[in-house]
Amino acid sequence: MALLTTLKSIGNYFREIYNGVTSLARGMRVTGKYFIQPSSIVTQQYPENRATLKMFDNFKGELILKHTEDNEHFCDACNNCARKCPNGSIEVISKREEGPDGKTRRVLDKYIYHLDMCTFCGLCVQACDQSALEFSNEFEHAVFDRNNLIKQLNHPDSKVVEKQAETKEPNTPTV
Amino acid sequence: MEETLVDIDFKEKEEYIINMGPQHPSTHGVLRFETCLQGEKVKYIIPHCGYIHRGIEKMSESLTYPQLLHLTDRMDYLSAHINNEAVALCVENAMEVEVSDRVKYIRTILAELSRIASHQLWWSAFGMDLGALTTFFYGLRDREKILDIFEETTGSRLIQSFITPGGLMADIHPNFQRRVKEFITYFRKKLPEYDQLLTGNVIFRERTLGIGYMSKEDAIDYAVTGPSGRGSGFHCDVRKLAPYSAYPFVQFNEITYTEGDTYHRYLVRMKEMWESLNILEQLVDNIPQGEIMLNLKAIKAPKGEYYQRVETARGELGVYIVSDGAPTPARIKYRSPNFSNLFILNKVSANHKIADLVAISGSLDLVIPDIDR
Repeated sequence: MALLTTLKSIGNYFREIYNGVTSLARGMRVTGKYFIQPSSIVTQQYPENRATLKMFDNFKGELILKHTEDNEHFCDACNNCARKCPNGSIEVISKREEGPDGKTRRVLDKYIYHLDMCTFCGLCVQACDQSALEFSNEFEHAVFDRNNLIKQLNHPDSKVVEKQAETKEPNTPTV
Repeated sequence: MEETLVDIDFKEKEEYIINMGPQHPSTHGVLRFETCLQGEKVKYIIPHCGYIHRGIEKMSESLTYPQLLHLTDRMDYLSAHINNEAVALCVENAMEVEVSDRVKYIRTILAELSRIASHQLWWSAFGMDLGALTTFFYGLRDREKILDIFEETTGSRLIQSFITPGGLMADIHPNFQRRVKEFITYFRKKLPEYDQLLTGNVIFRERTLGIGYMSKEDAIDYAVTGPSGRGSGFHCDVRKLAPYSAYPFVQFNEITYTEGDTYHRYLVRMKEMWESLNILEQLVDNIPQGEIMLNLKAIKAPKGEYYQRVETARGELGVYIVSDGAPTPARIKYRSPNFSNLFILNKVSANHKIADLVAISGSLDLVIPDIDR
């Protein structure tokens, strides 16, 4: 009887060794499969592939103010985006200027965007009635000085796009 | 140097204290375990949290509901969609509005995708904690597919702020359904690899089987929810108990084990990935047409108190809003799953070796910013 239990425990001992080694071999088979098939490797060589790297269209890289080819933007300085921003990363600085119709109106002077504070929640783009804002696909934001992350989004010498007067004209006779 | 009373006391008991953390590779964040050891044995653990406390609840009191949403992403950042959904559902309940079925379906698909992504990252890091570095690369390889799906539709990979009170920020990308279907077939092939690599591995089994036993009573006493609680036989799946979004429309099983050790907490998560794939398969082809965003004049909760709970990848997340009718909440409280799950650690790891502490804390799947908020 004692011999039987001894034999059993010896058998268990070797069975455990066998099971352990086979379990390791099973894992090695998976890694070995990829070792001999380098084509299934999915890693991107990032800094080298910068020329061909394309982000998804929706990717929220950084906020930009859309500009037309004539260097015109759509922002009417209503400040909606700055109000909606949860952490104050947008400052809209407006000024009074005489429009083509002779009336003074509010126009955008500086659109300041604090990239260092932005959390990319997208509320500003959603809040904009004029669809003037958009996220670009630029993602390489690293700079040496934090001040470089404070950006002016309206291009130099840009002005607001003149809206077609058609939407207003039907109203004018009634006034 | 004179010996203090404390030194003598420790010498007699042959105990000493080491600090695990706040910067330790296997705490996955800034968390400090004040660990009292006797030799190699753990006598007790005092977790010290607060290293990444940002005051999210207090900050939220000065933000409107759509604004405070982006802070919830930063609690449990591995289930950001589900955190967003919790706040969105709570505000929608308060306003007594219901979103369209399309929104419900998309929300559930996104939630299940993030559950899989979260479990993949957990599996990768858990293997790495136990010395199997290979798992880290295999897990992240497959997680990348889900992050690509998120990026194409929501624009972000980790913290999306996509599900908002009243609906979604945008409609899904035209490629979304095709990509999800591709992922389901792809991941069904890759999941058995996970088992071959780690589940059956003899070293892994020796280090996890029978380690860190948590009884069902303990799980209920300490309110350990999520896969950690279900590993001890505690039926706590909010998706089953109080179905929300599109969960009433789908068939799935709640995975529970009664053994309650580290290995079975591991198995719960592995099986949950299969279940999530089943849920995705049922939903992805049947997304109905409908509105993406409700046309609400102002998003504000009427005066009163509201509570909503959801199942994140780590357990039950509760959102409690006290409103006085203003656009901002008067008080908002998050019942985060990790905070409750953390404090079972002292009981579970007592009399285990210090090396097992890494396995046990790994199997609880703690995300530290969710503990501190």
